[in-house]
Amino acid sequence: MNIVIVGCGRVGGFLAGLLDSEGHRVSVVDIASTSPARAERAWFQHLPSSFKGETILGDGTDLEVLRQAGIEKADAFLALTEGDNRNLMAAQIAKKIFGLKQVIAKVNDPVRAQTYRDMGINTFSRTTILGTLLHAMLQDDREVGEVLMRKALAYEADMVHEPVKAR
Amino acid sequence: MYFVVAGAGEVGFHLAQALLESGHEITVIEADRRRANFVQEKLGSIVMNAAADEGRAQMEAGCSRADALIAVTGDDAKNLVICQLAKLRCHTPRVIARVNNPKNEIVFKTLGIDETISSTRVIMNVIEQELPSGGFMPLMSLAGSANELIEAEIAIGTPPAGKSVGSLRLPTDALVGGIIRKGKLLHADDDTKLEVGDRVMVFSPTVSESEVRKALFG
Repeated sequence: MNIVIVGCGRVGGFLAGLLDSEGHRVSVVDIASTSPARAERAWFQHLPSSFKGETILGDGTDLEVLRQAGIEKADAFLALTEGDNRNLMAAQIAKKIFGLKQVIAKVNDPVRAQTYRDMGINTFSRTTILGTLLHAMLQDDREVGEVLMRKALAYEADMVHEPVKAR
Repeated sequence: MYFVVAGAGEVGFHLAQALLESGHEITVIEADRRRANFVQEKLGSIVMNAAADEGRAQMEAGCSRADALIAVTGDDAKNLVICQLAKLRCHTPRVIARVNNPKNEIVFKTLGIDETISSTRVIMNVIEQELPSGGFMPLMSLAGSANELIEAEIAIGTPPAGKSVGSLRLPTDALVGGIIRKGKLLHADDDTKLEVGDRVMVFSPTVSESEVRKALFG
């Protein structure tokens, strides 16, 4: 699959690395932040060193930047920046302007997550998903969390041996 | 009328003041506590210190009984979501978004926000109106559709000078609504000949603006 990911924080970097290692063609877009706290760190620092995909520095709600990232040939699009609004705008652009079918946005506010899910954008709220998982663990509800946790822990074990890439 | 203004920066503050002065009822939503306090001191208790992109704040501000919501923060993505939430959750009948990056005007229209204001665009229009000749001016967006009205002056040596309206190579979904010649309004039939100095009124989809420009100026 051709996959475009906007937002290369911890989640974006992790997922991009995972999909890349499975042989998918992944492009990652992250904004050129001017805040000193971010500028000190290397761009795309959360990508594994083995990452073979494209990295594009730019605004993920800019049509030109998205074209550069290959959105016109993409099969799936994920908006995973820190901003709910930016993710929702990027996801709608992918769906309504570029006509992608598989569009997923990280939206932490459950109200916004639900509203846009009704509009056909696949939204995931860390608040409710992580909250539900933690609640299930406390209740000893194995059905909810066990498969997910087993997978996540296996990925984590792989990542420990993976040197971090500096660009 | 009752208006909700989202964002109390320079634009939001002066807009709120102007709306109050014209006798309207308003609520301003501002996320920054200090800014909210400042506006409250200046304009009275019409300020809500909350995030306008959260559904709950919009409900509390009374977006469901508002005649219109105007989102004027400095962040385009936030203005888009504020307007969409008001439309979808509060059924606010009219939403208007400030667009900071003029490139986003078309994006907003495609995503269902018909009324946008771009300060860059407004200033550009003023400058273009001052230009001596060969003017090409998108005059206004037509509310409720992704179309606009363009005024263009036929200049010497351009493709349409001396040709008929029917021979213009306009995009198929654009149409000539009329011609102003020496201050008089003329019908624009297919065989009306265009003269240098004519001002042509073109209705066109906003996305086809550059094609209209090309047809009129080569």
